[in-house]
Amino acid sequence: MRSPTAKRPEQSSPEQPEQSSPEQPLLEMRSVNTHYGAVHVLRNVDLAIYKGELVCLLGGNASGKSTTLKTLLGMVKPTSGDVLIDGEVVTSTSIRYRVLKGLTMVPENRRLFKRLTVKKNLALGAFLRSDNAAIVNDLEWVFELFPRLKQRLNQKAGTLSGGEQQMVAIGRALMSKPRILLMDEPSMGLSPALVKQNFDLIQQIHASGITVFMVEQNANLALSIADRGWVLQTGQVVLDDTAGNLLAHPELRASYLGDT
Amino acid sequence: MRTPRTGVDWFLTFLRLLLLGAATLGVLLFIVQQVYPDNLITRWVNPVSANLTASQFKGLLVSGLTQGAMYGLIALGYSMVYGVLGFINFAHGEVFMAGAMTGMIASNKLDDAGIWESNFLGSLAFVLAVAVATSTLAAIAMEKVAYRPLRNSPRLVLLITSVGMSFFIQNASLVLLGAKSKSYPRAAEWLNGNVGVIDVRGSRLLVIAVAGLSAVALWWLVERTKTGMAMRAVAEDAEIAALMGIKVNRTIVTVFAVGGAMAGVAGILWGLMFRSVTHSTGFLPGIKAFSAAVLGGIGHLGGAMTGGLIIGAAESVGPIVFFEPLGVQGATQLKDAVAFLVLVGVLLIRPSGLFGERLPAEDRV
Ligand SMILES: Nc1ncnc2c1ncn2[C@@H]1O[C@H](COP(=O)(O)OP(=O)(O)O)[C@@H](O)[C@H]1O
Ligand SMILES: [Mg+2]
Repeated sequence: MRSPTAKRPEQSSPEQPEQSSPEQPLLEMRSVNTHYGAVHVLRNVDLAIYKGELVCLLGGNASGKSTTLKTLLGMVKPTSGDVLIDGEVVTSTSIRYRVLKGLTMVPENRRLFKRLTVKKNLALGAFLRSDNAAIVNDLEWVFELFPRLKQRLNQKAGTLSGGEQQMVAIGRALMSKPRILLMDEPSMGLSPALVKQNFDLIQQIHASGITVFMVEQNANLALSIADRGWVLQTGQVVLDDTAGNLLAHPELRASYLGDT
Repeated sequence: MRTPRTGVDWFLTFLRLLLLGAATLGVLLFIVQQVYPDNLITRWVNPVSANLTASQFKGLLVSGLTQGAMYGLIALGYSMVYGVLGFINFAHGEVFMAGAMTGMIASNKLDDAGIWESNFLGSLAFVLAVAVATSTLAAIAMEKVAYRPLRNSPRLVLLITSVGMSFFIQNASLVLLGAKSKSYPRAAEWLNGNVGVIDVRGSRLLVIAVAGLSAVALWWLVERTKTGMAMRAVAEDAEIAALMGIKVNRTIVTVFAVGGAMAGVAGILWGLMFRSVTHSTGFLPGIKAFSAAVLGGIGHLGGAMTGGLIIGAAESVGPIVFFEPLGVQGATQLKDAVAFLVLVGVLLIRPSGLFGERLPAEDRV
């Protein structure tokens, strides 16, 4: 699935000055409420993700995890509260603006452009970029992570196996040269062996310098690689702690970790 | 997974067989009639049938393909809009009419100034630009005023709105320009001669060339540019296209604009072939182009163009090949019926069209 030597090309982004202050979260949500029509989904959610972290969001079905990610990206607008990138309020900006700021997502169920080729899917990931040389480098990096994709370039994405589609979904996200990658249940629908590989891969992406925020059902595995995590219950953050503490938390063990 | 066959299924199968059978019988009888002009069946069902010569047949075919190229250009607009928004824009025929109408006005102005005849190709380019601009703007305005506010409504609402738009544009033309049929000036004399070896009228070649160039330009746009990539991404999954940073609204406007431009080109081709234009000119070609889009597989651009050519050829050759040998009187009057028969046939036999993909159930709306 990947070669252990794969390294991300050098990052040179003069338009994105490094935030030296350790206090400044890269991505933040301040008392966000999100509704779908009359349905109140997110309730006063506070999150802060710092540069270089690998953090995860846990929670049962329909607890609002996907809505949290969509609100961060601007795919749904919160009814109150704010989303901030590098301390800048972006609540009312477009998705496009936030992608340009370095946000991207591997959506739930991958959502590839199934009728387009793998090549076009990857190219669409880099849609907002015009630094052609760097795009080629990043494409090479994606091929190093997923050598299989190189043979599948001209195949329609919909014809790939589940594991391969997952590679395209992650590759497509990486092609936007993100600073922070949001992943919505990246191991859903993968076989147990692939799930393990997938977590290794997430660590590898993280090690290349990308901040990772993932939503997972597989709480045990997620917490085993994450620094910190949040637990969402009917749209409210009920736990906010380090991964170690969460793993040891009795209630969490009972409800999410399948502890017997 | 198979559901048991019901009475409706048997009835549909019966209809399919009937349609295929009649078409096959017609073609067979046509061949028989060509080989043995004086056979019993022909004498019985079709006593006055004219014996078609090869050159007459070729003439019919070429004129059918020429019209078909025009249908194909219009069909592209139906197909593209369906691709991104999932509804049939019934006002698209009127976008075509708007192009034909303004092209008529512009060409008559040029004719009055004496430029039309003396510099025909230059005039044609100008008139094309006028028609393309009109149709493009009409399509863009339609999207912004009528369809965008309804983006999140059920498809049926959009469909009905498009029928309303269609009436509106027709009536606007009626009010502004009157009901009388108006005419393009005569095309340059040299176009009416036959072109060398292939022995096809120059005006027809011109129509085919313009249609071909437009289709190639569109292909290049869709397959080779970022705009085209955005169009295809939005067509497949608008939410994820937005996640890639694509401006979805702008892309949808572009789709309407490009579809409108193709309809504008078709409007001028109509003028070159038939000269006369009225406020209702968009209706029949619109419906035939829609049939072409369905025949090719709606949403598939190569299919739309192919569908247009097939419908054009079928309606030109069909009456003589299918209906007349079956003993239908005045078969050439049935030209328009052929397009609808083809449409019905496609819906009965292969609803996804020639090139349409059968989407897995999860992808269906
Ligand atoms: N587009 C939508 N319209 C209406 N309700 C929605 C929509 N998306 C999600 N919901 C509702 O919001 C709640 C949270 O959904 P979601 O964020 O997808 O949960 P999770 O990802 O944790 O499973 C659920 O009750 C779901 O039914
Ligand atoms: Mg979810």
